[in-house]
Amino acid sequence: MSVVETDLQHAVEDAAAHLYVWALKDIPQDLRDALADARKRETSVPGQRVLDTIIKNVGVAEDQNNLVCQDTGIAVYTCRVGEHFPLHPTRIYEALKHGTERATVEHPLRSNAVHTITRENTGPNTGYRLPIVHWEFIPDWDGLDVKCVPKGSGSENMSFLKMCTPADGVKGIKEFVLGSIVGAGGKPCPPGIVGVGIGGSADYAMYLAKEAIARPVGTRNADPIVAELEDELYALLNETGIGPMGLGGDVTVLQCHIEHADTHMTLNPVAVNYQCWAARRASAHVSADGDIDFDREF
Amino acid sequence: MAQHEVTFPISDEQEILKLRAGDEVTVQGHIIGLRDRTQIRIFDQGVEPPMDLKGAFLLHTAPGVRKLAEGKYEKVCIGTTTSARMVRFTEPLGTQYGVRAICGKGGFPDEAIEPMRKLGMVYFAIVGGAAALETTQIEEIEEVAWEELMPECLWKFRVKDFGPLTVGIDAHGGSLYRDVQAAAQEKLKEIYARL
Repeated sequence: MSVVETDLQHAVEDAAAHLYVWALKDIPQDLRDALADARKRETSVPGQRVLDTIIKNVGVAEDQNNLVCQDTGIAVYTCRVGEHFPLHPTRIYEALKHGTERATVEHPLRSNAVHTITRENTGPNTGYRLPIVHWEFIPDWDGLDVKCVPKGSGSENMSFLKMCTPADGVKGIKEFVLGSIVGAGGKPCPPGIVGVGIGGSADYAMYLAKEAIARPVGTRNADPIVAELEDELYALLNETGIGPMGLGGDVTVLQCHIEHADTHMTLNPVAVNYQCWAARRASAHVSADGDIDFDREF
Repeated sequence: MAQHEVTFPISDEQEILKLRAGDEVTVQGHIIGLRDRTQIRIFDQGVEPPMDLKGAFLLHTAPGVRKLAEGKYEKVCIGTTTSARMVRFTEPLGTQYGVRAICGKGGFPDEAIEPMRKLGMVYFAIVGGAAALETTQIEEIEEVAWEELMPECLWKFRVKDFGPLTVGIDAHGGSLYRDVQAAAQEKLKEIYARL
């Protein structure tokens, strides 16, 4: 590997180490706005109490330079790699893994990663196939965008998949999303972001649901038909009365985001991935020269 | 919905019986932290806990800590985990050890309602994810047992103004979770009908 590539790999590692800790401590402005708006809308007494505590907690984390939530999650990264970015994805992955480990050891952060059968801790929040990386490749570009989403387990445990039939139609999709969120109750730390993946295949629908929770709060799908479904489900979910932390109230979700893919004529998959109110994410842009620009908006 | 301040461990049962689902509670005194593996050890492996749990307040937590010396830890970030996984320990905690309060996030399923009524216990709902604030309310980690289960040890914390908590399940058969879920299921039928 050339000197330039080594430097670039270090830059990506630095970016990952910073993003993981930053995401855990300092939640994005669009999420803060959504929580403040939720507090204004909430009329139930326990719901107001929960939202007041959440907003106070975000301030305490900032003042005390502490984590918003103790669950440092599972590190999930999304990479948008330019066709001409001079570092191969193999090395990008290595850099993300080392960055995750450095952040965990240096802070220190609670280490959550275990072998899935033996349950033995595998070390500093990494392991076999951990961290998880979603890849996107961009033609005619030489940059790299990295987004870190530390995904808490309380919300990840509330993930659901149904292979609806084509005859179930969009109605089947709506019923499944609504029923899943009501069934989850207070467990995923509502009000959060409901990520929905539709179409593709079983695995791809869940992948898309995870992409959906990582979007800035309240952004809309570029396809107007899907965006309309986002608006409808968002409104319906907030009619259910589950409320903040499942104690009853007007605000059950902060948003509903949907990502979609075309599918087989006989398939109609729908996946739900929940992101808790502490919807942590942070992003950076790494240039081909190794300059890092911390910018959340992607 | 009344507001209360309760100091744990309690000796007077009235302290628990005065609480009703939906009430707001602030806690003082000492609380015990534990989680899945801690309770599996007590009940499935039959190991006696080396701390007195009579009248105790239990918190579902696996704290982030920094080791200072043998058996001595300082807090880094202490938050609360999902309770529902641990509901089956409710009745034995009450009958065998005299535990009076269990605190976690997300609520207990309905199977906790009857044991809590029978044994004079309550479930307190904390705000999940609000760990930065919760950490400031824990003054000190006074004791730790079963360090080999780290971070799922048995912890004793001294707290000040711990809360605000919401009574999720009271000792009179009341449960916010049951009521909210029943209303939401009714609402769902209505929503499905107009889709």
